Amino acid sequence: MASTVRTPAAPTPTTGRPKRRWGAMLFGVLVLCVMLFPLYWMVNTALQPESGLLEVDPVPHGLDLSGFRSALTDQGGNLLTSLAVALGAVVICLAISAPAAYGLAQFKLRGTRTIVFGTLITQMVPGIVIANALYSAYVDLGLVNSYAGLMLADASLGIPFAIVLMRSFMVAIPREVIEAAEVDGAGRFRTFVRVVLPMSRNSLITAGLFSFLYAWSDFMFALTLNTTDDVKPITLGIYQYIGAHVGDWGSVMAASVLSAVPAAVLLVLSQKYIAAGITGGSVK
Amino acid sequence: MSTTTAAAAPLTKKTAKPPNPARVRRRRRLAQWGFIAPAVVFMALFFGYPLVRNIVMSFQDYSPSTFFTGESPFNGTDNWSKVFNDELFGKALWHTILFTIGSLIGQFCIGLGLAVFFTRRFPLNGVLRSLILLPWLVPMVVSGVVWRRILDQDTGVLNSFLGTLGLGGDTPWLTSTNMALISVILVNVWIGIPFNMVILYGGLQEVPKELYEAASLDGASAWRSFRSITLPMLRPVITVVLVLGFMSTVKILDLILALTDGGPADSTQTLGTLTYQNSFVQLDFGAGAVVGNILILISAVFAVFYLRANRNEGK
Repeated sequence: MASTVRTPAAPTPTTGRPKRRWGAMLFGVLVLCVMLFPLYWMVNTALQPESGLLEVDPVPHGLDLSGFRSALTDQGGNLLTSLAVALGAVVICLAISAPAAYGLAQFKLRGTRTIVFGTLITQMVPGIVIANALYSAYVDLGLVNSYAGLMLADASLGIPFAIVLMRSFMVAIPREVIEAAEVDGAGRFRTFVRVVLPMSRNSLITAGLFSFLYAWSDFMFALTLNTTDDVKPITLGIYQYIGAHVGDWGSVMAASVLSAVPAAVLLVLSQKYIAAGITGGSVK
Repeated sequence: MSTTTAAAAPLTKKTAKPPNPARVRRRRRLAQWGFIAPAVVFMALFFGYPLVRNIVMSFQDYSPSTFFTGESPFNGTDNWSKVFNDELFGKALWHTILFTIGSLIGQFCIGLGLAVFFTRRFPLNGVLRSLILLPWLVPMVVSGVVWRRILDQDTGVLNSFLGTLGLGGDTPWLTSTNMALISVILVNVWIGIPFNMVILYGGLQEVPKELYEAASLDGASAWRSFRSITLPMLRPVITVVLVLGFMSTVKILDLILALTDGGPADSTQTLGTLTYQNSFVQLDFGAGAVVGNILILISAVFAVFYLRANRNEGK
């Protein structure tokens, strides 16, 4: 029905005239250029390592990759640390939140409403407050400067969001499908792994993606829960870089480009999941 | 065990009821809780515990030596009076208010404008809309570092651009106490636009097209139908966007540390950075906990708004 309404509406003067449509596109491109300019400038500065503290030219003169080379030498290990921590956080996040989302969506247990409510509330707790209390607990538990400690803390950034998001998808799984699997003799856990998880694949990917981005972008836990250089993600590395290499903006920007690559790659490969995550996680 | 019986006699399974249904029900409920329990425990440890612990810590005396001696005796309301008597707290609170309001207004207005713009049909619409998300996906510290270079007074590209246009070009964006907070707000607006745009765009898609058609048949102007149709229909989404924006803005830390480190002369110090400074720079975790508790209190007030908005959404 919607299409039959829309078709005659298409040639109305506001949207239909080709000139206007190209004008709108030009304006859209202009907006995008303004919005992405800082990112362009990041790449541009990274390719002009010789400019140092001087003004950077609007376009690079060539492919001077020495900034990237020194960034990789200085920050390559930190990139790997970030990758390991973020992947670990994703695994923890999904392992904890997927079963919980399923349980909260499908089991009729007393107290589930309170838990869903509590999950929404946790998203409001400022991270620095968590870090403030977590630090002394981490000191007591020996989790400061450890991969496990940072992974767990970073997982906390994604878990409430992942539960809320996946639950809103799993609520829609028909009861009959689950009952059918259980009648066929599958245990509760097997039903979950074999039936529920494949059916909620999309929400699982979206939740995983976001928890990866949260953990990858995390700076606060990296800054507060580490006192040595043992576990240093790229965000912390770059922050300390600007303190130590004020004159070497080329390398700092090259490191920044490298740290922004996962976001760019994920956006291109999975924009549909990202758009779904932003709207689904916030509204539902 | 249940699988072996099921495999041995799948037909009789239903008829052969176990003797005690109450026990079976209890066992089933226990197994079901097994799915939820890890998440509950995790959230209790990583959200519940810090909340409680922060309250306790705000009444304890922490000093740099605490972590060697393990001693942090209770000191009554010393931390609280110390924080409240510190001139910096009032400043940080004021900066937080300015920063939050300024960021929200900027992000929301531009985000809404772009969302409305993107409801038009034109070539490349989808591509442009998804590429605009990039600034939001880049780690915030990285954005901060990049902007720090762009806003540099002497060699930053913004000033040299403004200079070529004859518009001054020597603004001390991040180094003057009058400008720094404004600059930090502008950068945060830039970061927040994509998020606002995407959610508001999603909300706009839900508004029935028929309403606009009816309005235009009645001769309503574009502005009129925006005010009388779009805004009222969009209200629940607007509430959610603003509350979520508030939550992420009021606690901001990454961006300010990367741009200004709270300076110059504490002119960009907010409650978030003040908590960090107290606890992790001066190692006075008691004072940090006080500021943190106030931050939570402010968030809690808005959490109520959020939940109310969410509940209305469910209806």
